[in-house]
Amino acid sequence: MRAARRWVGNHLILGLGLLILAYTFVPIAIVVLMSFNDSSKSRNVYKFQKFTTDHWLHPHGWANGIWDSVLLSISIAACATVIATVLGTLAAFALVRHRFAGRSAANVIIFLPMASPEIVMGSSLLALFVSAGYGGHLGFITILIAHIMFCLSFVIVTVKARLAGLNDNLEQAAMDLYATESQTFRRITFPLVLPGIVGAALLSFSLSFDDFIITNLNAGQRVTFPMYVYGANQRGVPMEVNVIGTAMFVISIVIVVGNEVVRRRQEKALAA
Amino acid sequence: MSQVHETGTATRAPSGPSRDLKLAQLTKEYATFTAVKALDLVVPQGKFFALLGPSGCGKTTTLRMVAGLETPTSGTIHLGDTEITYDKPYKRPVNTVFQNYALFPHLNIAKNVAFGLERRGIKDHKKQVADMLELVELTSQAHKKPTQMSGGQQQRVALARALINQPEVLLLDEPLGALDLKLRRGMQLELKRIQTEVGLTFVHVTHDQEEAMTMADTIAVMNQGVIEQMGAPNELYENPRTTFVANFLGQSNLIAGEIEGRDGDLVKVRVQGAVASIPADRAHSESGKGWLGIRPEKVLIAEAGQPIDAPGDVITGGYVTDVSFVGVSTQYMVKMPWGQELMVFEQNTGARRMLPVGTKVDISWRPEFAFLLDASQDAKAGIEED
Amino acid sequence: MTSTAGVAPANPHETATKAPRGRKLTGYWLILPGALWLLVFFVIPFYSLLAASLFDPKGSPLTGYDMTWHFGNFVDAFDQYKGQIGRSILYAGIATLTCLVVGYVLAYAIAFKAGRWKNLMLVLVIAPFFTSFLLRTLSWKLILADDGWVVSAAQTLHLTNLLNLIGLTSTDDRLLATPFAVIAGLTYNFLPFMVLPLYASLEKVDIRLIEASGDLYASPIRGFFKVTFPLSLPGVVAGTLLTFIPAAGDYVNAQLLGSPNTRMVGNSIQNLFTSQGDYAAAGALSVILMVIIVAAVMLYVRTAGTEELV
Repeated sequence: MRAARRWVGNHLILGLGLLILAYTFVPIAIVVLMSFNDSSKSRNVYKFQKFTTDHWLHPHGWANGIWDSVLLSISIAACATVIATVLGTLAAFALVRHRFAGRSAANVIIFLPMASPEIVMGSSLLALFVSAGYGGHLGFITILIAHIMFCLSFVIVTVKARLAGLNDNLEQAAMDLYATESQTFRRITFPLVLPGIVGAALLSFSLSFDDFIITNLNAGQRVTFPMYVYGANQRGVPMEVNVIGTAMFVISIVIVVGNEVVRRRQEKALAA
Repeated sequence: MSQVHETGTATRAPSGPSRDLKLAQLTKEYATFTAVKALDLVVPQGKFFALLGPSGCGKTTTLRMVAGLETPTSGTIHLGDTEITYDKPYKRPVNTVFQNYALFPHLNIAKNVAFGLERRGIKDHKKQVADMLELVELTSQAHKKPTQMSGGQQQRVALARALINQPEVLLLDEPLGALDLKLRRGMQLELKRIQTEVGLTFVHVTHDQEEAMTMADTIAVMNQGVIEQMGAPNELYENPRTTFVANFLGQSNLIAGEIEGRDGDLVKVRVQGAVASIPADRAHSESGKGWLGIRPEKVLIAEAGQPIDAPGDVITGGYVTDVSFVGVSTQYMVKMPWGQELMVFEQNTGARRMLPVGTKVDISWRPEFAFLLDASQDAKAGIEED
Repeated sequence: MTSTAGVAPANPHETATKAPRGRKLTGYWLILPGALWLLVFFVIPFYSLLAASLFDPKGSPLTGYDMTWHFGNFVDAFDQYKGQIGRSILYAGIATLTCLVVGYVLAYAIAFKAGRWKNLMLVLVIAPFFTSFLLRTLSWKLILADDGWVVSAAQTLHLTNLLNLIGLTSTDDRLLATPFAVIAGLTYNFLPFMVLPLYASLEKVDIRLIEASGDLYASPIRGFFKVTFPLSLPGVVAGTLLTFIPAAGDYVNAQLLGSPNTRMVGNSIQNLFTSQGDYAAAGALSVILMVIIVAAVMLYVRTAGTEELV
């Protein structure tokens, strides 16, 4: 009796935790399901009507504007990722490896974008663009500027954590073993920080691709993928967007799982 | 300090003049304190040298200055006749075994070991790496990553990675600190064996006095940025010159006394009514007040009135306040008539029963084992808190 | 081994390995581009926003705005939108509390009960981010729809009264377009922001302390509130802030899952900027939101007594 109660006690929390995790996946299951939904009869109801694989097999027949919005989102995310990752990595090195006046102020400024509501950041940027006389030219560049801005903080924080976790004995050991400063950086520091930089880049890409609130304020006439989905909500969401949603999810999972598998296989191969 | 060097097996040291490591007036000041104060030190080539001291005494800073990882505020470092004070770490024929090993986690063991050779442009190093891994008995682990190895194995990799470069001086920064006691004892013998085998100068930093005494040819005891005393392990133990050394290296009873003066080869001290004589070469003060020191295992003990096998004076009137049985010996605390508690360690030879708490006892010691220190020093210096 | 004995460089500090020549400036050069970017596109915009909030309200994006230091904008904006402001705080508050309870259970399970599945569960926590949050929010529309699973189930089980109770204000047997739907959406979308910091601080708690507490305070529940929970407070503070702040500014959930009666302040700011072109009012409303959030955060952080946020 007591053993039974203890078993329940031990597994109750884990069970609840798994239940909560399951709940977070219900909407994703629906996205996947809807990507097979034939809603040709009625566009206005977001409801499963009939099974079809058409959306997956015939991307040419997709509703107007989806592909354009996806391509725009991908190109913005790619540019924002590259620039934010480079700038953010440099800044992270400065913050961890160098002492200079204004360092703590810089830390605060980096933290703030992560703690500010998007609507405020977005409207501030818009106010800046308008007052700079750029209000009529909102588009790719303004979206890109905004995305780099909010990705930067996340890159800096991610790379900083990785750098700070790096034992600086390792670099001293390398110098002690006849590596010059630049060899130490190339052979030791950079390879060890690289996983953090890659992680930061992936994070940037997904943040940029998925951003809606800030983008919506600064996009002018351009329509990114999240803006397309939001706009379509009023007219009736074409089911094809769920194909994109499902594909995003699958690709991300493949990257994460693939990364882990490769890492484990390498470890095993080396151990053998 | 030139000396004959016969074991120069594989060092890159130029033959001829000695390649002793010489520190002169070496000082390191930080914003708020001075870590190392005007240190003068000569480490003879080919010796196993230990820098011993409590944490914060400046021993690691000294080591890091020799490695080039820390820049001295003033003073010089020479290797033989070459000054290396301000050379970059990668320009010095000196390698370090770091406290937590600092193995490169993304490189396997063989690549870790080959790192220094590769940086110096030595391409064909397969045989050297294999030989070195054999020396530290890790041949089968060559392709593992450091994280897959035990602490003891990592320690040996760190050693191999430094040794393979055949440095003129090998620096060891508390290299055994992270290992458990049993492993540590094994590694101490191993390190000593390797040092004898390769014949390099080893400078070993540690806070473990037993470790220093087991391995080193010469120990320098460091405290608050200065060297308190330097010498062979037994010399330091038998004849400490300061209360710090007396307490940090083993344990000592320090009894307050009044120095009466020198009489030939002896110095007479009045201690609690009795007069004790101390050989002049063990007396580090010749007038005024002094601390008479005697190691606990040198103190003889007997039940009050029983004869004690010692030619020295017998001090009576003590009684046992604490007894601990530690196997090879029994450790007594004896309260003396003047209120001080003295430590007495007695071998368990089986000659006599253990004396229970409360027993009235007499104590004595051979005069040649006592030492005399200047009373201006703190009698508790160097006693470790826990 | 280049320098000859006795001749030290003029200034030893200059050649020190720890601080080689020019190293001090390197720090500035490295951080300069990123810092400039944030300065120009994050800090300065706040001044633009502040300026916009004081524009003459009679202007328009076409005719341009005059800076008239019109502080009345704040009064007008607050007056007109106090309903939305109140709702934002209320909905975000309830969602944050729900996230805290639900997220704590999940974080606790991962930190102490998951064993070797720990890393997998952590990946699963962030996995929902792998797909568009707008699509996930739209999915809730389907789940909560009038003819969706939840409502139908309630109807078959004759629990429609319960449904109306949950819906908070509505009496017409629905969940979608009620405050409940908006809060549920906020809770769902921001849950990972709560779980991750909670997990990070729970993971640092020494399991032996919990065992010792089991030893000292007979009941595990008392042990939890005396030991585990206080030790996880930094995570609680960070998690609640990371949930509350974005939730208070969000308008997507209110737009997609709510009705005109559940609009939040974000909806108003968005409308004023893009549809109505009333930059002065929009700016004023943004500033009001920011001020309320900063005040709430400071009050909260002071009460919780934690300073290790940055």
